[in-house]
Amino acid sequence: MHPHEAHHEDAGFWRTYVFSTDHKVIGIQYGMTALCFLLFGFCLMMLMRWQIAHPGEAVPVIGPLLAAIMGPVAAKGIVSPDLYNMFGAMHGTIMVFLAIVPLAFAAFGNYVVPLQIGAPDMAFPRVNMASYQAYVIGGVIMLTSFVLPGGPAQAGWTSYSPLATSIPTDGQTFWIIGMVCLITSSLLGAVNFIATIIQLRAPGMTWMRLPFFVWAQFVTAFLLLLAFPPLEAAAIMQLMDRVAHTSFFLPTGLAVGGNLAHISGGGSPLLWQHLFWFLAHPEVYVLILPAMGIVGEIIANNTRKPLWGYKSLVYSVLTIGFLSFIVWAHHMYLTGMGIRIATFFQTTTIIISIPSVIILTCMFISLWGGSIRFNTPMLFVMAFLPMFGIGGLTGLPLGFGYSDIHLHDTYYVIAHFHYIVAPGTIFALFAGIYYWFPKITGRMMNEFWGRVHFWLSLIFMNFIFQPMFAQGMAGMLRRMADGGANYSQARTPGLTGGLSSTMMGLHTWILWAAICLGIAQIPFIINLFWSIKHGQPAKSDNPWQATTLEWQTPTPPPHGNFAHAPQVHRGPYEYSVPDHDTDFTPQNEPEETAPGKRRPIPEHAPA
Amino acid sequence: MDIPYTVAPRPDTGLYNAKVGIWLFLASEVMLFGALFSSYILLRVGAPEGYWPHGWLNVPVGTANTLVLITSSITTVMAWASCKMNQFGRFKFFHACTILLALTFVCIKSYEYHDKFTHYEIVLKDGRIADGHIVENNPKADHVVIAGHYVTDKKELYDLSGLSAFHKHAELSIPREQIADMERYGPWHNTYLAIYFTLTGLHALHVIGGAIVISFLWFTGRKMWESDPERFTNRVEVSGLFWHFVDLVWIFLFPVLYLI
Repeated sequence: MHPHEAHHEDAGFWRTYVFSTDHKVIGIQYGMTALCFLLFGFCLMMLMRWQIAHPGEAVPVIGPLLAAIMGPVAAKGIVSPDLYNMFGAMHGTIMVFLAIVPLAFAAFGNYVVPLQIGAPDMAFPRVNMASYQAYVIGGVIMLTSFVLPGGPAQAGWTSYSPLATSIPTDGQTFWIIGMVCLITSSLLGAVNFIATIIQLRAPGMTWMRLPFFVWAQFVTAFLLLLAFPPLEAAAIMQLMDRVAHTSFFLPTGLAVGGNLAHISGGGSPLLWQHLFWFLAHPEVYVLILPAMGIVGEIIANNTRKPLWGYKSLVYSVLTIGFLSFIVWAHHMYLTGMGIRIATFFQTTTIIISIPSVIILTCMFISLWGGSIRFNTPMLFVMAFLPMFGIGGLTGLPLGFGYSDIHLHDTYYVIAHFHYIVAPGTIFALFAGIYYWFPKITGRMMNEFWGRVHFWLSLIFMNFIFQPMFAQGMAGMLRRMADGGANYSQARTPGLTGGLSSTMMGLHTWILWAAICLGIAQIPFIINLFWSIKHGQPAKSDNPWQATTLEWQTPTPPPHGNFAHAPQVHRGPYEYSVPDHDTDFTPQNEPEETAPGKRRPIPEHAPA
Repeated sequence: MDIPYTVAPRPDTGLYNAKVGIWLFLASEVMLFGALFSSYILLRVGAPEGYWPHGWLNVPVGTANTLVLITSSITTVMAWASCKMNQFGRFKFFHACTILLALTFVCIKSYEYHDKFTHYEIVLKDGRIADGHIVENNPKADHVVIAGHYVTDKKELYDLSGLSAFHKHAELSIPREQIADMERYGPWHNTYLAIYFTLTGLHALHVIGGAIVISFLWFTGRKMWESDPERFTNRVEVSGLFWHFVDLVWIFLFPVLYLI
């Protein structure tokens, strides 16, 4: 190991931290960048919530700054409807493609997967670095579009044509080019992950001995690999529409601003929607599967017993992976695609809920009879289960065409998918950060402030998204810059189906809950950075007393990861096996030292 | 610990890492081109009756290009086989052929693009349409000269499959003041040309990318060949797999765009 370590230290600052090919450094790079984007996307959302609650009023405190950066669209510090559309489009794009996917898939995957399968690194370290660089370039292009004259993309994160094509700013072109970079990054990452998991498993690490997290990442990588290219094709065609004035997505007779557009026509707007959702539905499983993987690891570790139904979990994840490719048009029931096709997609959509429920059920049953350790990661995981449950169950009415007619494009949809992604995925990601932090730094994050972060986040997440179900069912549409004020009973007395003052009043409630949620993240941010240097030192290389291989390395793992090439002897969750001295048996623990005559738990000081 | 299976295959999968990687990458490429072919089908099915072009491309030229690419696939296999048989000189010869064939393909493709970009559809003020290749288009002159013909209905321009690819047209001189609209056969002209340029353009980028990789191996390969021939042979194989995929895409593109 020593020659490698020496080589690594000799490499200098740039090769070690910026242009590193070490999967752990790349994982941390991904993680930090993605957390910054997560915060940025959240700030955009708070500005939008202000505008919804107080339409046409200047944003307090940062209004002048906004006007200075964004120019006329933010005149006097007011979020104009155009600016609202820009923020809406970029909030979605940033959160999905620049924050959650890089954090859940690339950051955790990069750091943890090679360690868990007992590999020295990813299969293609330089491809891995290129993947991160493509991601950064994509992010920079997206950020640059904010300061363009005319501002960034404003056609929603879905960028439906012909709207996206006919907006006369360069923001949309930047969006497309940025997306092509991000897609390239994901493709490189996906190839690398799959090749690594297939090829670099340590001796004895058979497929059914893989930790559940690795399975989740494996399926996620396949989703990215096969679902992203159609969006890339669509992006190329939309780019042609904008730059070469083709008409892929522009129908004959399209009028823009009251005038017949000077185009050949003959294209199909529905084609864009099909190609977009062919990516974007597997994409939601890209968002949730790594989170489920993290949850599985932490549940097994903190209940001190094996995950219940490991095989069911694996087969469910594989089934979800397959089915997620044939449900995409349930986003398009209202496009008039015909009853027969809608029937097919309703059927597949309801079928895909079965493996999701199996996973959730296995997780819940895993808790049964365990003596649970309620540390911060476990708290987040315990909250993930019901929060994801709410998000999943509220999706069923959207999966049926008849109820979707009423709920489509309302705040109900927003509440539904945010329950999956925010208190679902993001909670699992927080749990993962608290859980693997000691492996990365050799120190624990502060438990008290972790709990403060957890309880406040849980409360305010629900304060934000729970009212949206009610608003949506009352008929409040999404993407309205004034939050539906024009359709309120206050503005138009006696309007049938107008939004009541209670529904409109919830906007203020949600705004303050969002601000409080923002404040609740401050303990986390401080805790994260403070604990790197000042946190309580982890008692050993394996402070959680876990069985999986990432904890059987020195802390932090050196270049090349393992002191000795690991040999795997058993499955990933051998907790509380009877007749053992300890309540956990690491995967690489040789059999002869197992029952009765076990050696003491190795206690290395952090390197 | 070094990364295992970078050169020798892993016993239980029978593959070395890069081979797994390239097959996965090709799977994603299949999805990329698959989406574009699907778009082609949707656009074609959605076109009004009689308004999907037939016979707009030069079939003999396309056939020649198909043969060029198929030949290059053969030389690629021969180059790899030469490495396996430990004959570096033969490898150099066969991959030199591959690179030249790739350049030939790109040149022929450029000629076809040029042919489309000099092809104009000129709508006259009296409603007639003049269609043909530009002979003279000096902005200062008061006439535009094309080698083409007049039609009265736009639909007549769409089915040219009966015409010989190399037929000659008479030169027409059209006064500028009679022209209502003048448009080249670029990707903006209609959805057929849009998908034609997008598909073949993306394919041409793949050809160029593949040729660059093969050229890199050709020019810089000797050093690795002498130090680690097995690893070098693997690189030739992996780049060859990509090259075969690029050929395969063309095998689909040719009938779809030229013949049917």
